[in-house]
Amino acid sequence: MPEKIARPSASDPYNKLGGQRLLGVHELMVRSRLLEERLIKMSKGGDGFFWIGGPGEEAFNVPLGLQVKKGHGVDYDFLHLHYRSSAIVMALGGKPIDAIRQMRSVATDPYSKGRNFVNHYAIPEWNIVPVSPTIETQYSTAIGTGIAQARAKTDAVTIVNGGDAGTAEGDFHSCLVWANRPVLPLPILIVVVNNGYGISTKEETQHGEKLISDWAKVFPDMPARTVDGNDVAAAWGALEEAFAYVRKNRRPYLLEARCSRLYGHSSSSGANRIPEADCIEILEKNMVSRGLAKADQLKKVWEREAAAIDEAHKQVKTEPFPADESVWEDVFADGLPPSYPTKGGS
Amino acid sequence: MASMAQAIRMALHYGETELGVTEIFGEDVGPPLGGVFTATQGLERAWNSPLDERGIIGAALGLAWAGARPVAEIQFVDYIFNVIDLLKLSANGHWSSGGKYKTPMVVMTPTGSGIHGSMYHSHSFDSIASKLHGMKVVCPSTPIDAYGLMVAAIKSDDPVLYLKPKALMRSKGEELIPGEPDEKTLHEMIDAPLGDRTKWKPKWPKLGAYSVEIGKAKISHPGSDATVVTHGRMAPICLEAARRFAAEGRGSVEVLDLRSLIPYDWDAIKASVKKTGRVLFVNEETEITNFAEHLIRRLVDEMFYELRARPRLLAGKATPGIALSPSLENFIQPQKADVERALGELLADPA
Repeated sequence: MPEKIARPSASDPYNKLGGQRLLGVHELMVRSRLLEERLIKMSKGGDGFFWIGGPGEEAFNVPLGLQVKKGHGVDYDFLHLHYRSSAIVMALGGKPIDAIRQMRSVATDPYSKGRNFVNHYAIPEWNIVPVSPTIETQYSTAIGTGIAQARAKTDAVTIVNGGDAGTAEGDFHSCLVWANRPVLPLPILIVVVNNGYGISTKEETQHGEKLISDWAKVFPDMPARTVDGNDVAAAWGALEEAFAYVRKNRRPYLLEARCSRLYGHSSSSGANRIPEADCIEILEKNMVSRGLAKADQLKKVWEREAAAIDEAHKQVKTEPFPADESVWEDVFADGLPPSYPTKGGS
Repeated sequence: MASMAQAIRMALHYGETELGVTEIFGEDVGPPLGGVFTATQGLERAWNSPLDERGIIGAALGLAWAGARPVAEIQFVDYIFNVIDLLKLSANGHWSSGGKYKTPMVVMTPTGSGIHGSMYHSHSFDSIASKLHGMKVVCPSTPIDAYGLMVAAIKSDDPVLYLKPKALMRSKGEELIPGEPDEKTLHEMIDAPLGDRTKWKPKWPKLGAYSVEIGKAKISHPGSDATVVTHGRMAPICLEAARRFAAEGRGSVEVLDLRSLIPYDWDAIKASVKKTGRVLFVNEETEITNFAEHLIRRLVDEMFYELRARPRLLAGKATPGIALSPSLENFIQPQKADVERALGELLADPA
């Protein structure tokens, strides 16, 4: 069957993004998805422990990562991410092998030396501050880099990313209040990815607010928007608008993205595929139907990325686990005092 | 002679002019008040934050990650309990990131009792602070140490929790900070006038880079018969007791002022106890899982046969809070008479 080609339209958001860019987005989405699926398999197969990640958020997170002003220091964007942000890191240039290393908790894990859960990044070269397992604390720490950038002469911004359930925490509201202080508004892109659940609890049973972006209504100078995060073109456009606003006006913007959660909360809920809309399938349909890619071409991306992840996983299995005594590294920046207690009791 | 509040203020001024401190903030830290104990009065970089402890510590951590050297204040340590996870993140960020992110931030906060502060202005935090592994914890008992520890805390690439004994904020020391002018001149230079302060600007004395190494205790009174290990508000009380014992011929008591709780100066504790064989720990924390209990356990492990009497702890009573009524507060918290009684018993204990 020949692929059905829609009549090209210049105003169509997919056509506006163009085939070349969409192919790049697609490749990163596939890489992120296959990475997460490999991490899940590792967790289930005893090649690591707890898994938590972000399969289902790729259509929003890849466009976000691609619009970041990447670099180190206040003249570049700061990222306060959470454990579902793998596709952002892939879009910035993260390597799947490093996430696999963290999953297996080997000595070569560049983000935590085998100390933290998978998808807990720390990449100073790209201003990705340490990801924490605590819920919503990144919305408090975002205030700090936001202040540093508000003081600097720069167009760089702070991006904070978390989930819908976490917005019940005070940290979310701290971020809104501090970002909107009249004496020093902060250039923060406040992102909430709404997948409709907090672990197993449905959002509508706990949240009376109609939209999370409605929280912006009490701050008349803060724009806000809710976007379909399963749609690359919608996500790209919304992010472009939000980034541009924050960069130029040096003020906050609240962006809510509705996304699927394709493997549940984490390994604690089984990490099995859930029948929700799949953003990669949606993208592929949109590309093929517009003639922006061929199905075979997209299939090859899956094969190529899967082979690369196989290769990375094989490599990681040859790498050593951390030495016991390495736990004494990095306790203090200036080293462990010789008389620090290290015996674990008598 | 500077008060502890003035000493901290001058150290922060040195920090903002010489050490790259660009943000000094917290509730009522900026003008017009300059802090509830005036420790931030007149500072160029001091500003008022929302009344939000979580935002304050989050802001400090983010600023540290962005390369600043922030000094944040929690107005009273009693308000710090709702930010313990953010303090933990500050403490463990360097370790959890495999050494990728340093956290050069100072969190200062008034601690302890002695100001009739009742339930929520009398807390101590020492023992909980000592569990925030990765965080350095300091607590001065004199203005000169307050100055030197603040300078060291600002310079540190680790997060430092700087505990300010509430009851000592107005106290004066016995040693001048290098470069400190006389008391009257200092007051005229750096204390804000009462009333309208909008046009007032301090004139800062030229003080040096005097600093106290974090992790180093100080022998505030040398002795040979018994050791008292203490810090913060209890340190001057113990010093007075040691002087009285010496004057009355009741024993030669060495007072070791820890100054740093984490890392603590184990070598100094060991050296003193090796000399005296008798040791009393005195602090304001409650006795259950008191920080000093760890030190006692370690002494028992490492110096059992050098101890001439059982080590002792004089601490706060394990009540749910500090009561307002002076008789109750004095009953709950160690007082000078309690220190003297405990010292007398320690010295009288047969070897």
